[in-house]
Amino acid sequence: MTATMGAPETILPAVQADPALAALVERVRAAQAQGTALSIAGHGSKLFYGGPPVGEPLDTTELAGISSYEPTELVVTARAGTPLETLEAVLAERGQCLPFEPPQFPGGLRGRGTVGGMVAAGLAGPPRACVGGVRDYVLGATLLNGRAEVLSFGGQVMKNVAGYDVSRLLAGSLGVLGVILEVSLKVLPVQPATATLRFELGEAAALRQLNAWGGQPLPLNASAWWDGMLLLRLRGARAAVDAAIARLGGERIDDTLADPFWLGLRDHTDEFFAHARATIAANPAANLWRLSLPQTAAPVQLTGGEQLIEWGGAQRWWCTAAPAATVRDVARRAGGHATLFLGDDRGEGAFAPLAEPLARIHRELKREFDPAGVFNRGRLYPEL
Amino acid sequence: MNAPTEAAAVRDAPSREDRARRQAEVVAALRELLPPHALLWQREDTQPYECDGLTAYRALPLAVALPETEGQVAAVLKACHNLRVPVVARGAGTGLSGGALPHEWGVTLSLAKFNRILRVDPLSRTAVVQSGVRNAAISEAASPHGLYYAPDPSSKIACTIGGNVAENSGGMHCLKYGLTVHNVLRVRGYTVRGEPVEFGSEALDAPGLDLLSAVIGSEGMLAVTLEVTVRLVPKPQQARAILASFDDVRKAGDAVAALIAAGIIPAGLEMMDKPMTAAVEDFVHAGYDLDAAALLICESDGTPEEVEEEIERMVAVMEGAGATRFDISRDEAERVKFWSGRMNAFPASGRISPDYMCMDSTIPRRRLADILTRIAEMEVQYGLRCCNVFHAGDGNLHPLILFDANEPDQLHRAELFGADILETSVAMGGTVTGEHGVGIEKINQMCVQFTPEEREQMFGLKRAFDPAGLLNPGKLIPTLHRCAEYGKMHVRKGLLPFPDLPRF
Repeated sequence: MTATMGAPETILPAVQADPALAALVERVRAAQAQGTALSIAGHGSKLFYGGPPVGEPLDTTELAGISSYEPTELVVTARAGTPLETLEAVLAERGQCLPFEPPQFPGGLRGRGTVGGMVAAGLAGPPRACVGGVRDYVLGATLLNGRAEVLSFGGQVMKNVAGYDVSRLLAGSLGVLGVILEVSLKVLPVQPATATLRFELGEAAALRQLNAWGGQPLPLNASAWWDGMLLLRLRGARAAVDAAIARLGGERIDDTLADPFWLGLRDHTDEFFAHARATIAANPAANLWRLSLPQTAAPVQLTGGEQLIEWGGAQRWWCTAAPAATVRDVARRAGGHATLFLGDDRGEGAFAPLAEPLARIHRELKREFDPAGVFNRGRLYPEL
Repeated sequence: MNAPTEAAAVRDAPSREDRARRQAEVVAALRELLPPHALLWQREDTQPYECDGLTAYRALPLAVALPETEGQVAAVLKACHNLRVPVVARGAGTGLSGGALPHEWGVTLSLAKFNRILRVDPLSRTAVVQSGVRNAAISEAASPHGLYYAPDPSSKIACTIGGNVAENSGGMHCLKYGLTVHNVLRVRGYTVRGEPVEFGSEALDAPGLDLLSAVIGSEGMLAVTLEVTVRLVPKPQQARAILASFDDVRKAGDAVAALIAAGIIPAGLEMMDKPMTAAVEDFVHAGYDLDAAALLICESDGTPEEVEEEIERMVAVMEGAGATRFDISRDEAERVKFWSGRMNAFPASGRISPDYMCMDSTIPRRRLADILTRIAEMEVQYGLRCCNVFHAGDGNLHPLILFDANEPDQLHRAELFGADILETSVAMGGTVTGEHGVGIEKINQMCVQFTPEEREQMFGLKRAFDPAGLLNPGKLIPTLHRCAEYGKMHVRKGLLPFPDLPRF
């Protein structure tokens, strides 16, 4: 790439000029008029997440492509349907990346995930606790709201406090506020050095150790604990990673083994998640729960379950047949919340219920963005 | 100067008696809820609250409430909601965009008494603080644990965390360490109706929509913040700074891009132009190179080995971009000296000019030299001088327009100059405010940056939190009416063109 593309001063009203966009706007206009429910999907790789999809599919994959990428600005702008794989490959060519490593789940209808789906689901991979999540990298977004209006919020610059931060609000919104058309993301240089260390530690000791390390100037990047074993990934400047290896001890795991492990963890293809899926298939009462807790929360116990801990203690996966109310109660008492990530029983809803006044604010936001209730009904909460 | 706020401006000019009657009604209601010393309404008592850090705009509120307990905050909000009185929350009043400018038909809610650090937890690397705690006080309290709170606006010794949440404040180090939104886990406070509410959590996410993102930077328009959980980060073992001189601002701008292209994320990257350097040198005597057309302050932090390696790479890259002179800090005292001028850019400007107006737009970094060229032309056009300091790493500009408010017409020309900078920034793909907020100061330029539909959607977002529009009304988002009066069209819309570029 030699020149800057998409210099904003040359922007023209794009709706008429772009058939893929015009088609989406038309679909939404018609759906709004007729009160039709639309289920927004890109590759459909995360349709299992949240409440079951309702309504006619609205495919965003035609709206694809990288609109602007200037590596020295650390900003990339891509349309919603752009495959995540494509985006990451383009960044990698310039030595840059999305540091939060969004998952690319296999088993999608059309691929392993799109940029729009990444923002809408708001899911981040193993480095979340150390580098931030999707919302921390969203700089701007263009949204098609329920009135079929094309609206841009935020921008392509690092610092921007003009108006409400609607673009970050879209991260994790599961499409209930509108169709994400295009997003601008902050990107960062790929760090020069990575190393994975292995420690034999019990759960409580591992949690204590991870939090203690977190308070020191160490190049921590990701962690995973299960069954008495802790894996720790360091990432940063060569000198910093080398110094940390020398200081922390543990057993160094060769990158040829470690890299596929972290990738499997990111995409939920590793042993723990494979086993969880098999358990759920064999026992309809079993579910995979995601407990989001303060990193320092003490070990939680759920009977008859198996656990994997990520994010320095902040994300604890439990495959268990314990009732939803029990799991939610355990998470709440530990200072967090529980999401039913995978399982057949959605009667209780996928996400922890909201109390007033948050529930009211959610309903009102939905009404303001999507008055006819067209988009992704029930994906986030039954009443949205 | 007395700039009326939006709501007051569109009202049919009410009489003095109307206002006195309303004031009596509001004071009578609040008297029931607050001890006598916590409610001010006499002119001489409310005068100190008539403006914030943007002193060109002033207004007197009906009353100032200084609650001491959460129960009192909730009660004041409920009473104001019942009476349909606007409420403007206020921290230290250091904001630079008039975000805490009182509403002349409203109550100013001072949160100054909520100034306690409730908890510093080294294990979880978090601090729970009340909204009136000063930014720098958090880092001071965390310091014994080897931790600090990363966002560090220039006003950090005075500004409060509640105000930082309202403005999504940045600082000198946010390219590497993020803004307020990246460093706050949870905000607890009250809705406009006086209901307790919590956004975010002490986990890394909360169920439902990420309302915390919307509340941070909302300029007190969505809820009243009383308590904040912030993330603390380990203090780097070492930090060193490079002072690099350039004989041409364009070369300095190119050096910024070259550093980032080389995969370096400096801990701090600031630029000062020649007039600014002269003004600060006269003030702090840091030994800056007065011959340079532009100075870059570039900081590296980390382990000593890391810093050594990075400083070498930074020097090599800037040399390649045409730097003519380097000074590298040898110890902490020297590093602080390098920064002293940059930290004192505002007071230094105050010494060379009776008044100054500080702009805050952000542009793509690659346009730094272009906007400097345009600002130089504007100096001639408006007949006023301008000194420039930039958070170069973020593309966030702080041009300081120098003027004398006692000279007729100078304030007006300064305002036009400022508006021109903001609108030029938007046209270059930037934004009217990087970190100071829209407040009342930049509200007209919001008409340029957003379409009527976008502004209406933002009003919709506000209605979801505050249906009656009572929290800090008239700030942040301009009405259709106001934009029609301002008479300038927005300049951007929709998707970027050329979606299907070949791979590069």
